[in-house]
Amino acid sequence: MIRALVLLIFLAVPLAAAFAISDPAEMLPDPKAEARAEAIGRQLRCLVCQNESIEDSGADLARDLRHIVRQHVAAGETNKEIIAWMVARYGDFVRLRPPFEPLTWLLWASPALALVAGAVIVAFALREKRPPPAPLSAAEQRKLKDVLKS
Amino acid sequence: MSAAPPARGLSRRALLGIPLAAAAAAGAGFYALLRRMEAGHYDPHAVDNPLVGQAIPDFAPLPAQDPASIGFGSADLRAALHATGRPILVNFFASWCVPCRIEHPQLMAMTGAGIAIWGIAYKDQAADAAKLLGEEGNPYARLARDENGRVSIDWGLYGVPETFLIDRAGIIRGHWAGPLAPETVRDEVSPLLRKYA
Repeated sequence: MIRALVLLIFLAVPLAAAFAISDPAEMLPDPKAEARAEAIGRQLRCLVCQNESIEDSGADLARDLRHIVRQHVAAGETNKEIIAWMVARYGDFVRLRPPFEPLTWLLWASPALALVAGAVIVAFALREKRPPPAPLSAAEQRKLKDVLKS
Repeated sequence: MSAAPPARGLSRRALLGIPLAAAAAAGAGFYALLRRMEAGHYDPHAVDNPLVGQAIPDFAPLPAQDPASIGFGSADLRAALHATGRPILVNFFASWCVPCRIEHPQLMAMTGAGIAIWGIAYKDQAADAAKLLGEEGNPYARLARDENGRVSIDWGLYGVPETFLIDRAGIIRGHWAGPLAPETVRDEVSPLLRKYA
């Protein structure tokens, strides 16, 4: 019984979050415009929760920003214009996908750099196979025999 | 085992040493980060406001918030900056915001020291904000209310309280998100106010 209840709670949590964002009162009547607004909103960070997009967040500010995005979409602005409007107020941080610019070159290049670093390590490791140990000298053979005997 | 194995691509020393050095460097970095967070020099949630260094955003006059009798807009702010030739602090607050109460004594102290603070009540009930200021004192020279929060969004506000320092030319020179601690006032706000006085 308790197990079922806990399961229900865990199932209900993401469900509740999903309902919070698809409040029909917030949506634009035109499904195409609404889809565009959602696509823009998913690229914008909620400044309150910071790791969610404004489409996913239940924060008050995120709701306001969703509303603003829809107003701009309804006014016929392009995605670029709407994102620029947000960046002018909240900086590049508001973009969940950081732009490619000098400050973020290292960030964007990091997967390639990690691959190169890995390749260098593998190349070093493969380059020289350890040579087989030299055969034992006659003196060493005798020593070995003594050790094994004792 | 005393003799090291013959060197090949990566020696055993490097194999152990490189990850160890990387972990030590990361540890030192985290330690420095935590120390700075503890000392209040670094807030991982802080958002750099892109308006710093730019002119204040234009906004039509906002309605007055009790106990003020008139509100203000960007034109009023610019006129006052021009007339006094001294910087003004613009403080966004709300009576429902607990950190705002923590910051309140610092605002009162600054007002007492002759610093002009203009307030904007963010999404607040008029009566609630008036009650707070009645109980704890009103530090604001001018007070307006942003009922739906739209003007605040034009300032890049993402929470309350937030404080902006505007120089006499109407350029935003400082921005603090979160309650102003006495140390923040002493180490950051006051020096900037002196610089742009």
